Amino acid sequence: MPAPAEYRLVFKHIDEPGYTNDIECYLRHGGYEQLKKAFTMKGPDIVNEVKASGLRGRGGAGFACGVKWGFIDPTKNTKPVYLICNADESEPGTFKDRQIIHKDPHQLIEGMVIACYANNVHLSYIYIRGEFPLGAKILEKAIAEAKAKNFLGKNILGSGYDLEIYVHRGAGAYICGEETGLIESLEGKRPYPRIKPPYFPAVLGLYMCPTIVNNVETLCDVKHIIAMGGANYAKIGKPNNTGTRLIGVSGDVAKPGYYEFEVGSLTLGQLINDVCGGIKNGRKLQAVIPGGSSSKVLRAGEKYKIKEKQADGSMIDKEIGLEDIPMDFDTMAAVGSMSGSGGVIVIDDSRDIVSCLANLSEFYAHESCGQCTPCREGSLWMKKITRRLADGHGRLEDVALLKSVADNIAGRTICAMGEACSWPVQSFVAKFKNEFEAKGRAGKGPAVAATNGH
Amino acid sequence: MSATCHDTQDHVELKPEFVAHADELISHYPVSKRSASLPLLHFWQETHGYISNQAVEWIAGKLGLNPIQILELVTFYPMFRQHPAGKFQIKVCRTLSCQLGGAYELREHFMKKLGITKVDEHGLGISADGKFSVEFVECLASCGTAPVIMVNDDFYEGVSHTQADELLQKYN
Amino acid sequence: MSCKNPFNHDITPADAPLLNVQVDGQWVQLPRGLNVVEAAKRVGKFIPHYCYHPKLSISGNCRMCLIEMGTPKMGPDRKPIIGADGKPEIGWIPRPQIGCATMISEGMGIRTDSPMVQDCRKGVMEFLLINHPLDCPICDQAGECKLQEFSVEYGNEDSRFVEQKVHKPKQVDIGERIVLDDERCIMCSRCIRFSREMVNDDVLGFTQRGSHTTLAVHPGKRLDNNYSLNTVDICPVGALTSKDFRFKMRVWFLKETKSICTGCATGCNILIGSRENVVHRLTPRENELVNSEWMCDQGRLGFHYIHAEERLLQPTARVNSTTLPVAWDDAFAQIRDRIKSYKPEQIAIIGSARMTNEELFLLAELRAGLGGNAVLTDVVPRTGEADGILRSADLNPNTAGAKLFQISNDGKNLAAIKDGIESGRIKVLYALHEDPVGDAGLSEFALAKLDLLITQKLLKSHSTDIAHFSLPGASFAEKRGSMINGAGRLQRLNKAIATPGQTMDDFEILLKLRSTITGGNSLHTIEEVFKAVAASIPALSGLSLSKVGDLGVEVAPAAATVTT
Repeated sequence: MPAPAEYRLVFKHIDEPGYTNDIECYLRHGGYEQLKKAFTMKGPDIVNEVKASGLRGRGGAGFACGVKWGFIDPTKNTKPVYLICNADESEPGTFKDRQIIHKDPHQLIEGMVIACYANNVHLSYIYIRGEFPLGAKILEKAIAEAKAKNFLGKNILGSGYDLEIYVHRGAGAYICGEETGLIESLEGKRPYPRIKPPYFPAVLGLYMCPTIVNNVETLCDVKHIIAMGGANYAKIGKPNNTGTRLIGVSGDVAKPGYYEFEVGSLTLGQLINDVCGGIKNGRKLQAVIPGGSSSKVLRAGEKYKIKEKQADGSMIDKEIGLEDIPMDFDTMAAVGSMSGSGGVIVIDDSRDIVSCLANLSEFYAHESCGQCTPCREGSLWMKKITRRLADGHGRLEDVALLKSVADNIAGRTICAMGEACSWPVQSFVAKFKNEFEAKGRAGKGPAVAATNGH
Repeated sequence: MSATCHDTQDHVELKPEFVAHADELISHYPVSKRSASLPLLHFWQETHGYISNQAVEWIAGKLGLNPIQILELVTFYPMFRQHPAGKFQIKVCRTLSCQLGGAYELREHFMKKLGITKVDEHGLGISADGKFSVEFVECLASCGTAPVIMVNDDFYEGVSHTQADELLQKYN
Repeated sequence: MSCKNPFNHDITPADAPLLNVQVDGQWVQLPRGLNVVEAAKRVGKFIPHYCYHPKLSISGNCRMCLIEMGTPKMGPDRKPIIGADGKPEIGWIPRPQIGCATMISEGMGIRTDSPMVQDCRKGVMEFLLINHPLDCPICDQAGECKLQEFSVEYGNEDSRFVEQKVHKPKQVDIGERIVLDDERCIMCSRCIRFSREMVNDDVLGFTQRGSHTTLAVHPGKRLDNNYSLNTVDICPVGALTSKDFRFKMRVWFLKETKSICTGCATGCNILIGSRENVVHRLTPRENELVNSEWMCDQGRLGFHYIHAEERLLQPTARVNSTTLPVAWDDAFAQIRDRIKSYKPEQIAIIGSARMTNEELFLLAELRAGLGGNAVLTDVVPRTGEADGILRSADLNPNTAGAKLFQISNDGKNLAAIKDGIESGRIKVLYALHEDPVGDAGLSEFALAKLDLLITQKLLKSHSTDIAHFSLPGASFAEKRGSMINGAGRLQRLNKAIATPGQTMDDFEILLKLRSTITGGNSLHTIEEVFKAVAASIPALSGLSLSKVGDLGVEVAPAAATVTT
């Protein structure tokens, strides 16, 4: 079956010839019309539309956006409410928000103003990763333009509603993508994720006030939900997996890139083979990391048992292969991985799979904030073991040791970084056991003088 | 260790425009000026090249903090430097998609071309003339066009070795 | 309480409602407001932890207190499902939770030692040790190291770590009194939180990140506050050590004696760590009504004079210009013989608000024997600045006692004593634990005019040199007795070490002097003296030293006239 056509909603104007990132262009394309529409609605009604849309967060966890907003009841608390746009796009394999920020920043700002209005927010920040200096400048310019046209600032469009948005730059830390780490960073502290309980952002967020943290893509979706109504938005995609999804494909495919599809409308096989032109250089697929580097790896040739909902509502058991997996939240979870942040990394059969894991383990060791014991110590340990294995200094027992170290991290840390660093290890080692054991067997064992602890 | 005091660093005189812009940045955080820590660090580094001990103490004083609270950040975030790097800082993305796209070979290429053989504890190498520094950085979020690099704030995608050579010319 | 603390996780209000909680299979009732670590502690279950401290904010970083927990299973009617034992059935959460940040709730189940919990602890112990130096034999913390203790209790026998360890700075001088070994630090952040939350001196922080995270101070602003040594106490490992104590003595050799600090009117409860009649350190002892778990550095380090070179070790008598050792009984008899001939108006006493109640009581009796109120008497007031934490503005530990026994006249009589001596009206001065010159402000010239100068103190000075009788007394660590702190709390001192040389416990000196001068003696022991004290003071009636107990009793809120 050929892949369905792209469904461009958020990416509608991305890379469109002649489309520029200034406000005049945005206005020519119907920009800020949804904001005007939103101002005709009451905040809680907008929240209800978002709830009805079924929109799930696009940052990685896939948490229902309307439910997240629903945790905050501006009528019941006396503290200010803050909204932070998480533009810290740092999950390896993910490169969707960059496109929006660079090429269509006003879409994000319109979505943000609507979201802020809906939740009675008057001060909002865009936390953008430090590695996007140009993106930060573009956003700052866009904010100034929007302010000049009174889409931001005091008494927006005569509505009586005030909102300030500021851009806040990170400085090279993956952990700032974790919402409570981000909040600490925004408070000017080391971005140590907070313990939950009690520090749920909806209750004790930025400056200990109720805070919403939403991904760039999620906030853009809000604009489209206002445009078409929650119920209509929910018709896109699949039940519980509504809307469109930005997907970035990288690695060993002929045509890597970013795409937008209805959630679940195409399979992983269609994505790789049809959309991305298959594995490059005529090689074969070895593995896919389907939802950012922390999602569990899928091995070519694997079979998965899933339950599929039939038209009459009954469920039937089904066995599918890797290429048959529909790209949606629930099926990705059912096959033991996750659609995460929408970053698909494809690995062909020429690659040393152990080196691939060593690369990721190095990333996580570098990015562990060091606050809590298992991740701080375990991530570096896993890096050292995988590096040894990849470099020919492994031992057979390292394979079991690696898994055991990962098992001692996942589920025992303050934040999801524990899972993020151990899932790749657990899944690579489990699914490519032979490859790892072969490396271990062939290895010379630990070298005497390793680098100085790094 | 990099957390030590660098007494030998040059003291810089701060221009009124610098202070005024710092104050403007602080105004973005009406609830807590401590939030302005990162913006001030960025601004200092953009202006003066690296975060000196003077920077740590000045920013801490400006925000009513103890200097350790700024030092905590400087040493946490890899983008902040406590020593000058090259005039042109080449940052090669290291993470998986870029590795698959040849990032390690690209970094090696830059190192060789620039004659850099030594790196510091963070992996930063500086050319003998101080013009270029080369380092690996983690994912730059443009995985589909691997390998990607940044030269200072400029971003380059799908960088071949030929393009790398051209960039070295361009920034010369 | 002197020490304000928003984080008393181990204390619940008296009226906190009781919750039914299942701990390791047993249903118990515990007050609402406790976290799982404290709840378990109340039923005798110890949940190991590093970063959690009952007096500090909760950071949850060490992950050592991971436990298994569950909440009541709910039926379709939204009510708990009751099991065969009549108790709610518990739905166990498959993921471990940290005990420190989990508050108990009605019907909660806690497993403190299940296979999952044991596995978690083993994992955390391994992680904490892989980059930690394994050189306990040369580590000063050995013997009171939680890493060492928990490793034995909960850890693995063998190391699976074959990589190079992370190296960090050693012997970092981070403050006047503190040395840091970063390789031993487990990043629990207790010291950081203590400095921030208890002392408002946020000078400690973490630099670098990940496994390279390093505890540090900024070179320009170090850990020099007057509470810095508490960080050594709460450091669970050997990262922070006291320059004063490190490598002086293995802790397992130390005998610990419960006593109180005599550095100011707060009377912080302490442990005196001593070995073979040498005091090696003072550490705070928990008393929520006084000092919680803390003490100031000044008080903590203010004991070295006990073993000073200038310590007077035997009674001496001066005849003309010659000072010679004298036997105690001879000294008492000679004093009696010489003092008899003076009228009360010719005698003055400078006592001390550093003396115990028992000593002050006996001194008051002695004064009565010498002529009562006509004997001009006072103490030397000492004032400093209260710091809003523990230090009192009154630097004497027993001002309240000195007033109670009417030895103190708030220093107002000192001028009259001085005048009296200078004018020749006063011929006899008995000065106890205050130096007539150095403390009371008399001149050497004035002292020379005295017919009879009796000093009773610890350290040699000009005054003791020229005294007709120098009676070497005992330090706070060498005596038993009681004092009343600035808040009116009666507390006990205990004897940690023997009095050195021929020195004598002051209450004994006073007892003997009193019986020698006034005759008769019904009192022999410190208990008997206290009993006599209690009988004479209504506020203390019915009390005995043993009833005062380790934590003291409030006897006179009104006595808290001293500003703190």
